[in-house]
Amino acid sequence: MEKKIEKNSELSEIVGDQKEYKYGFVTDIESYILPKGINEDTVRAIWAKRGEPEFMLEFRLKAFKKWKEMKEPRWAHVDYPPIDYQGISYYSAPKAKKKLETMDEVPEEVRDTFDKLGIPVEEQKRLSNVAVDAVFDSVSVATTHKKMLAREGIIFCSITEAMNEHPELFKKYIGTVVPTGDNFFAALNSAVFSDGSFVYIPPNKKCPIELSTYFRINTEGSGQFERTLIIADKGSSVSYLEGCTAPQFDTNQLHAAIVELVALDDAEIKYSTVQNWYAGDPETGKGGIYNFVVKRGQCRGKNSKISWTQIETGSAITWKYPSCILQGDNSVGEFYSVALTTGRQQADTGTKMIHIGKNTRSVTISKGISADHASNAYRGLVRVAPGAENARNYTQCDSMLVGDKSSAHTFPYIESANDSAQLEHEASTSKISEEQLFYFQQRGISREQAINSIINGFCKEVFNHLPMEFAVEAHKLLTLKLEHSVG
Amino acid sequence: MLEVKDLKAGLDGTEILKGISLNVKKGEVHSIMGPNGSGKSTFSKILVGHPAYDVLSGSVTLNGENLLEMEPEERALNGIFLGYQYPVEVPGVNNAEFLRMAYNEKLKKEGKEEVDPLDFDILLGEKMKLLGMDSRYKERSVNEGFSGGEKKKNEILQMAVLEPKLSILDEIDSGLDIDALKTVAEGVNTLRNKDTAIILITHYPRILEYIKPDHVHVLSAGKIIKSGDFALAHELEKTGYDSLVQMAAEKD
Repeated sequence: MEKKIEKNSELSEIVGDQKEYKYGFVTDIESYILPKGINEDTVRAIWAKRGEPEFMLEFRLKAFKKWKEMKEPRWAHVDYPPIDYQGISYYSAPKAKKKLETMDEVPEEVRDTFDKLGIPVEEQKRLSNVAVDAVFDSVSVATTHKKMLAREGIIFCSITEAMNEHPELFKKYIGTVVPTGDNFFAALNSAVFSDGSFVYIPPNKKCPIELSTYFRINTEGSGQFERTLIIADKGSSVSYLEGCTAPQFDTNQLHAAIVELVALDDAEIKYSTVQNWYAGDPETGKGGIYNFVVKRGQCRGKNSKISWTQIETGSAITWKYPSCILQGDNSVGEFYSVALTTGRQQADTGTKMIHIGKNTRSVTISKGISADHASNAYRGLVRVAPGAENARNYTQCDSMLVGDKSSAHTFPYIESANDSAQLEHEASTSKISEEQLFYFQQRGISREQAINSIINGFCKEVFNHLPMEFAVEAHKLLTLKLEHSVG
Repeated sequence: MLEVKDLKAGLDGTEILKGISLNVKKGEVHSIMGPNGSGKSTFSKILVGHPAYDVLSGSVTLNGENLLEMEPEERALNGIFLGYQYPVEVPGVNNAEFLRMAYNEKLKKEGKEEVDPLDFDILLGEKMKLLGMDSRYKERSVNEGFSGGEKKKNEILQMAVLEPKLSILDEIDSGLDIDALKTVAEGVNTLRNKDTAIILITHYPRILEYIKPDHVHVLSAGKIIKSGDFALAHELEKTGYDSLVQMAAEKD
């Protein structure tokens, strides 16, 4: 079966054929970089530099004010030195002479970078079934398939374009799922965010192709603070995928993004992530991305559905909880996750399912794989509000340990204020053993294939929820990352 | 087919096999018997290249090729099969898929085209019928939650599918009731032919009533202390290992 699936060039490139992190290169391009540090002037400078509408200045300054009063949270099961927020540059963009009209006007170096990464930003090379928005450092450089989508009434553009071209729609939804003062990192993002993707699917429209954003951090010492906003109007549906890589630097880089999803009545949003940010040196733990991201979806309408699928293999630290607020009656939230940590990587990830509407249902399937000296924690909250009659949740979290120096942790939280709720939680921990691998070998199957097969078996339930062409590649990515850990 | 010369081997620096020589020809069934701790399982693990065990000296060739230099999977692809005493459970990996993977590796080695899941399903179904295995074992994870008897049958099923040149069956009779033992033995017998060989490792002579060996060797403290034909197995049944071990000790 698998062989018949045409390889998706985007992800097969993310995966690559080598064990080393192959996206560690830096693109040499003239960039506009804001001096390091943050204060009110920085926020104003970002606003001015980006030529944003007036209302955005207020939005940003309000967020900045809140952020200044907040303290960085430290409750996650991860360990990192204090972040110097004055040592980060909050805005970096490839220099462009004027506003980009067509793909050809994207600076050549940037186009080359995405070519090298296998992201087809040029129209003629684009994937036929995937529309791509490419974000380079802080700026969206190219969005493909725009015209075709526009004919369907679908808006797929950079967040900058959205606030300028569709201000009413933008204002109506931005910050409504993740308020500016929601938490420390959300406030920081709201104050300094640069670009990102915007999607609007009109009523009763099924988006005919996969939408995708590809994020690339290039400049050393810059943070990446992008923002994604997806709105599925009544009766519509969309499937969206994001992919991420970054160059190899010895310093840590902060990635504090926000993703907001809004599903109205009978709408469905499927959001998939394949994250392969630079993970730092596997021996010393030096460098790598701090992936501190706030992702939240709101099932605002009745019978709506939001589904998160994430394959997390990169970053020095992954700290995020893609969540669902199940507000509409009969709404459904799903979370399917594979988090792999190797070397010195750390992850504290999971989800929050907030049941508010009646007959709301949620499913959480989490698979954590931990190898070498890595640590992997699942943290999940299921909350049932007093009015959420007949809420149901099923949670399954499985951990797999490879070697004897890695660790796995589970922190489930259940808060139920309604007696009619049915909540189930299952957990397991297992190990890939030398005996299992040898058993395969004795039958003529290589260790690589053995690991592949065991991991695929372990993650099957999650891979099944990825768009098919990505599932094969995601599984290959995991195998490659694990290969040198097991033997 | 298999030539073992003065093989010394061990585990964690302890010498367990203290000079074993054995010659197995095509079409033969050899039984290696011996008390617990005599080195029977070590011998089988060494032949298949288990990484925990070390060869100290001696040589092993398979059809003239140096077996000890091959990776475990290479040995398997050259036709060596180990039927496990304690088959390994692999949760999440579908039994039929596992077998198809192994079968395809063999086909690849032979320069043949891989078999697709549908054709393989038919082949597997025939082999399972032969062993009286329920077809639901196809869809279950490899050995996970199988009873002792089903695990052993599953080993023989793999042997039947892979058709190895040399099968080493390690205590394939342990933990089996008499019916299961008969089925397993019948399965092995149908796989016997003039081109393949079997090394049957066992503690109890009982299984030899069902799978009749051409040669019987008694292993004690890492050495073959006596070799003979099927009659030796009968002798052992009467006298037990102790007297044989004692006699060997006196000879030294």
